[in-house]
Amino acid sequence: MATPPNRRLGFNRKAQYRAFTGYVLAILGGFIGLFLLVISFIDPTGFAALRGAASEATAPVSGGLAGARAGASSGWDEVSAYFAAASKNADLERTIERQEAQIVEANALRQENIKLKRLLGLVEQEADTTITISRLINSTATSTSRIATIYAGSRQGVEAGQPVRSPKGLVGRVLTTTPNTAKILLLTDPRNRVPVKRTEDGIVGFTEGLGDGRIAIKLVEMGVNPFEPGDIMVTSGNGGLYRPNIPVAVVVESTADGAIANLLSSPAATDYVTVQPRFIPIDDPSDNSDDESDDSTGDGAAQTDPGR
Amino acid sequence: MSRSYSARLNRRRSTVKLLLYPVISIVLASMLPMILPIIADYPILPPFGFLVLLAWRLLRPGLWPIWAAGIFGAVDDVFSGQPFGNAIFSWSLAMIIMELIDSRYVWREFWQDWFLAAFFITGFIILSALINYLFKIPVSPFLLLPQITLSICLFPLILRSAAWIDSKRLAT
Repeated sequence: MATPPNRRLGFNRKAQYRAFTGYVLAILGGFIGLFLLVISFIDPTGFAALRGAASEATAPVSGGLAGARAGASSGWDEVSAYFAAASKNADLERTIERQEAQIVEANALRQENIKLKRLLGLVEQEADTTITISRLINSTATSTSRIATIYAGSRQGVEAGQPVRSPKGLVGRVLTTTPNTAKILLLTDPRNRVPVKRTEDGIVGFTEGLGDGRIAIKLVEMGVNPFEPGDIMVTSGNGGLYRPNIPVAVVVESTADGAIANLLSSPAATDYVTVQPRFIPIDDPSDNSDDESDDSTGDGAAQTDPGR
Repeated sequence: MSRSYSARLNRRRSTVKLLLYPVISIVLASMLPMILPIIADYPILPPFGFLVLLAWRLLRPGLWPIWAAGIFGAVDDVFSGQPFGNAIFSWSLAMIIMELIDSRYVWREFWQDWFLAAFFITGFIILSALINYLFKIPVSPFLLLPQITLSICLFPLILRSAAWIDSKRLAT
């Protein structure tokens, strides 16, 4: 293609100057971009307001389409379930037989657990309080960061730092909120680290997203790598934020310094998620503050008595 | 001559439409990843905004001044989930390089344009991943391959769509 007429500058001084200014401004634009990158590096939430407005604007459309997605995928599941239905049925019956025994065992253990906790004077934290239930509506599908959006925000009581899970397991935690949407840092994002333990023996470690739908599990204490494929990891509750014993991942491969695991609740296959309150460990200073408040109410009662 | 034709002959083109069609197409393309309800496990969707910008740039050189890429980049940064400034920087850089290429290789055909686009798409995706790496999101480079391949394969279609919008734009 020949140069279009509007680009043949010739001897036209004005056109030449305009082209030159264009170059200068473009280079300036590049530097502004670099400068903004530095600002985002220093303050990662600096542009949250702009992005929040963007996610508010797209959420209604995306939320509607997410419903269609769920319908389409479940329709496909129903069709594909007809293939291999017989063998799957036999498999399931065998699994149920195995698990019935385990359920009885687990019930017994739970009863014992409650009894022991009562003996120790531990108060059971409310286990499954839910702030809100919502759909994952979209994600940063063009970027290497793994952030998804849910169609529920500060108006529904969602706050930054709250854990997000599906019935199958942990999905991530809330990064930022707007009135009707919230950004979720998924477990598969390399920035998300969650303290976990192995279900069998409580060996602790932490997860780190690999960015490809899997997570790495790193040991806290270096030593012989104990992980084997099939190990199930649950949250340990260390450091708060995540309640203990939320299912997280199943180990698929053992590595030099830990393991690689598949998420039990893969975000790609997750439809509805629940947002839960931040977990506060029992040995937290908040217990003391409770005591103080009890004292103060006691004082208050004492002070009001003479007035009567 | 029928009245319906006389209205279209010797008409004045609407400047608003002439400018707005490409702008809207790029902004909508930038928004697309946040509209589609896809929860991706790894980067898979092409950077649509950049593809459409490239398509317009190859179709109609000089439609905008070079610095406009920075403004489109700012819009894309709001939606893409990359650190803010990523697209402003890399799109400005891409358009400056494109300008230099334009002044050296004037006569091109489709295959060369596609090759150029592939070069810019690959460069943009890798640069974005590198910037994310600086922001402590290290991922395996192989993870980018599906996205790069898909983007390059999709580019002729995007170019076609931009040409279709262009024909509508000039026909009004």
